[in-house]
Amino acid sequence: MIFWTLVVDGVVNGAIYALLAIGLVLVFVVTRVILLPQGVYMSFAALTLSQFQRGNVPGTAGLLLALGLAAFVIDLLRSRVTRAWLMRRVASDLALPAIMYALVTWLVPLRPNMAIQIVLTLALITPLGPYLYRLAFQPLEQASVLTLLIASVGVHIALTVLGLVFFGPEGFLANPLSSAHFEAAGIVISGQSAIMVAVSLVIMVLLWLLFDRTLIGKAMRAVAVNRVGARLVGIPISQAGEITFALASFIGAVSGVLIAPVSMVYYDTGFLIGLIGFVAAIIGGMGSYPLAVAGAIFVGLLQSFAAFWNSNYQQVVVFTTLIPILLLRSLRAPAVEEDE
Amino acid sequence: MKGATARWQAGGLAILALVVPLTPLVPEFWVTLLILIGLASLTALGLVVLTGMGGMTSFGQAAFVGFAAYTTGLLSTTYGLSPWLGLPAALVVTGLAACALGAITMRLSGHYLPLGTLAWGISIFYIFGNSAFLGGQTGMTGIPPLRLGSFSLIGPRSYYILVWLAVVLSLVATINLLDSRVGRAFRALRNNAIAAEAFGVLTARAKLIVFVYAALLAGVAGWLYAHFQRTLSASAFGAEANIDYLLMAIVGGVGQVFGALLGAGIVIVLKDLLQDMLGRLGMFQDLVFGIMLVGILQYSRDGIWPLLSSWLPPTTPRSIDPAADIERPARAPATSSGPLLALDKARKTFGGLVAVDDVSFNVGHAETVALIGPNGAGKSTLFNLITGVRRASSGRVSFDSASIERLSPQMIARRGIARTFQHVRLVPELSVLENVALGAHTRGHAGVASAVLRLDRAEERRLFAHAARRLERVGLAKEMFRPAGHLSLGQMRLVEVARALCLDPRLLLLDEPAAGLRAAEKKALAKLLRELKGEGMSILVVEHDVDFVMGLADRIVVLDFGKKIAEGLPQEIRVNPLVIEAYLGGVE
Repeated sequence: MIFWTLVVDGVVNGAIYALLAIGLVLVFVVTRVILLPQGVYMSFAALTLSQFQRGNVPGTAGLLLALGLAAFVIDLLRSRVTRAWLMRRVASDLALPAIMYALVTWLVPLRPNMAIQIVLTLALITPLGPYLYRLAFQPLEQASVLTLLIASVGVHIALTVLGLVFFGPEGFLANPLSSAHFEAAGIVISGQSAIMVAVSLVIMVLLWLLFDRTLIGKAMRAVAVNRVGARLVGIPISQAGEITFALASFIGAVSGVLIAPVSMVYYDTGFLIGLIGFVAAIIGGMGSYPLAVAGAIFVGLLQSFAAFWNSNYQQVVVFTTLIPILLLRSLRAPAVEEDE
Repeated sequence: MKGATARWQAGGLAILALVVPLTPLVPEFWVTLLILIGLASLTALGLVVLTGMGGMTSFGQAAFVGFAAYTTGLLSTTYGLSPWLGLPAALVVTGLAACALGAITMRLSGHYLPLGTLAWGISIFYIFGNSAFLGGQTGMTGIPPLRLGSFSLIGPRSYYILVWLAVVLSLVATINLLDSRVGRAFRALRNNAIAAEAFGVLTARAKLIVFVYAALLAGVAGWLYAHFQRTLSASAFGAEANIDYLLMAIVGGVGQVFGALLGAGIVIVLKDLLQDMLGRLGMFQDLVFGIMLVGILQYSRDGIWPLLSSWLPPTTPRSIDPAADIERPARAPATSSGPLLALDKARKTFGGLVAVDDVSFNVGHAETVALIGPNGAGKSTLFNLITGVRRASSGRVSFDSASIERLSPQMIARRGIARTFQHVRLVPELSVLENVALGAHTRGHAGVASAVLRLDRAEERRLFAHAARRLERVGLAKEMFRPAGHLSLGQMRLVEVARALCLDPRLLLLDEPAAGLRAAEKKALAKLLRELKGEGMSILVVEHDVDFVMGLADRIVVLDFGKKIAEGLPQEIRVNPLVIEAYLGGVE
């Protein structure tokens, strides 16, 4: 009995880890950035949703304005300004955040229903990704994986502080997405859990369609396989980076919406959950989506059983498992250095 | 000698700066800050050696600070031992932990390595925080101070002496270590592990040594920290601390030892200032740090120290004593009358692709053989099979009648096979001379201890004299003290030849040595290779420049799609229809 309850728990957690893992793999293969802030998107989304439900305008709306402006100004200094460029950037960096900000401040006091809250949350969090890419990572496009990882640490620290400023040190729990309960073979499964697993599956299918069936998706795969080659056939690498970061922040926001009702989320909760998603992504070798999902389910199960055994040591178990897996991975990786 | 005086002045100033805080001129608060800077710079110094020199980034250094701090804390509280005994105990525990963790993580390649350190860094943090015997969540209290006789080192000024003594000693030890035979091997690890292996460096062992050395520096810091704070809590050894150490190393400059000091100073002073300035908004300090980290990576990737170091007096180049050169102790004479190198149906497959397809040929004593073939013919793979970088799927490679196809690159180097690389593999920050001296790695014996204590100077003089002479032979004596990264591509290729000669090889493998050389340089190289052959060296050369090859080689072997399609004298190869077809395409 307990066994199956733990399994269900593990799979539900695994679904969240799988979303995070997919976001991480996606960003890594296209841009080579190991995106530690992936978990922050999750916290931000969960807390933004909770703020909506309490009738407050979340700080993330202001953050969107600020990051949009910063990205605009910095790009203005760096790029060759053409009319078309200006039109596009004014729309994406200034108009979009302004509209979102106005929309949020107007709607929040009216207490809109859950669906609108969720849409607003996703719309607030998703654009953060591309702005951050342009501010922090695009100038480092040619840098090594290690340099990018350190930059990612920098972005992560900064965002975590902002999380504290916006949401304070308290944790929040959002209203459940569904209050239904099912019972199958004596195990109670909540509607919330079912939604979590179902939404994760839908996102995975959508991503598969994107990468397998659309030109943009194929272009991004080309960048992932060979950056120089992709550039030579005319795929703009930076644009692929922006799109990838947008997808990652969208996925992060979805996982935040899913987790907000089941787990108390603090401003820094995302770090640990992101890291666990990370473990899952690494089990998948940072390159394969199905393996990352399998890794996520494995980690979810491992954690659920480890927590039952000794809750103090559950993280130790999860992170220590990573080491033999890394070892196995790197033994299978080519031993010879690649030529630049 | 002007440089020398300037350096004495700089040294004098540094000593003065170290002594001033002992006087009441500096308020105690600042002395405490200086102690924290000293402690952090010990750990950051380890990170500089590990990352900047060895090319391995660790997100887990704080764990080693923790191992040492908890060891001495536990021994001096629960077991009531003298805190002084805590130092060796702490270092033993830290060293063992580093050996165990390093043995696992140092095998990880590429970005898996920093991720691995991140993983155990977090695990160990949770173990510290959840272990009852280490005080659990509340931490460990009542750790006794260090005592000298009846005098307790409690006040910041007395502790300052101890901390900065440790910092200065660690700096000296690290500088000595980096300027030594093992140090050069460490510095080749970052981008040139294959080159290091080709000259006999046991890279896996070298990585582990660097890792343990960095951990021990963190261990010293941990011991000092425990008896200074006298309470311990796990939060000091968690992710945040790890990020701080990394920040210090990056801000200061991960390429130079003084970068650690500078970085620790900047970060700790900034933290303090920000706390004062922001007051209640102290949490914003990490926002500043995060943005600073990204900004430094974008605008000055080598940190701040390089910007400052241009103001310092230049170091005087080391003196070379030509008499110190060890004359080549004759390699063991050939044990057989057969060919020096023999390939017998050597084969290498990558999945379904046959890169080298049952290739057989010989290189005789004092013979020059050229290997030619279109791009992708398998020439470089063949080189990798001979030098042990890759293992043949089947077939035999024998050197002086002994089979070598199962040997490691290091063992093959020791037998007397030296090589150059198609894509130049030098350490750009090191001088040309130091790069060449790496080739003489197997001729030295000095290890870490003698490097740190400077007992290796006589051997170093010999190695450098040896290297300088090889540089003269390739005509680059003038460039000896320039950083290798400043040379032209053609010169770099010649440096690689000099490095290979440093091994005193019996067989020299040259991978496209003439690419990027000017006409005069090519002529000089051809002359040198003829001389070497005259001295009895065998040479196997891959080259695209047909004129160069025709004038030089005794025999030519032609590869195409992994297969040997022809072998013979240069004038035969020139008219061979198969070769012409392979190079120019079929004639209808």
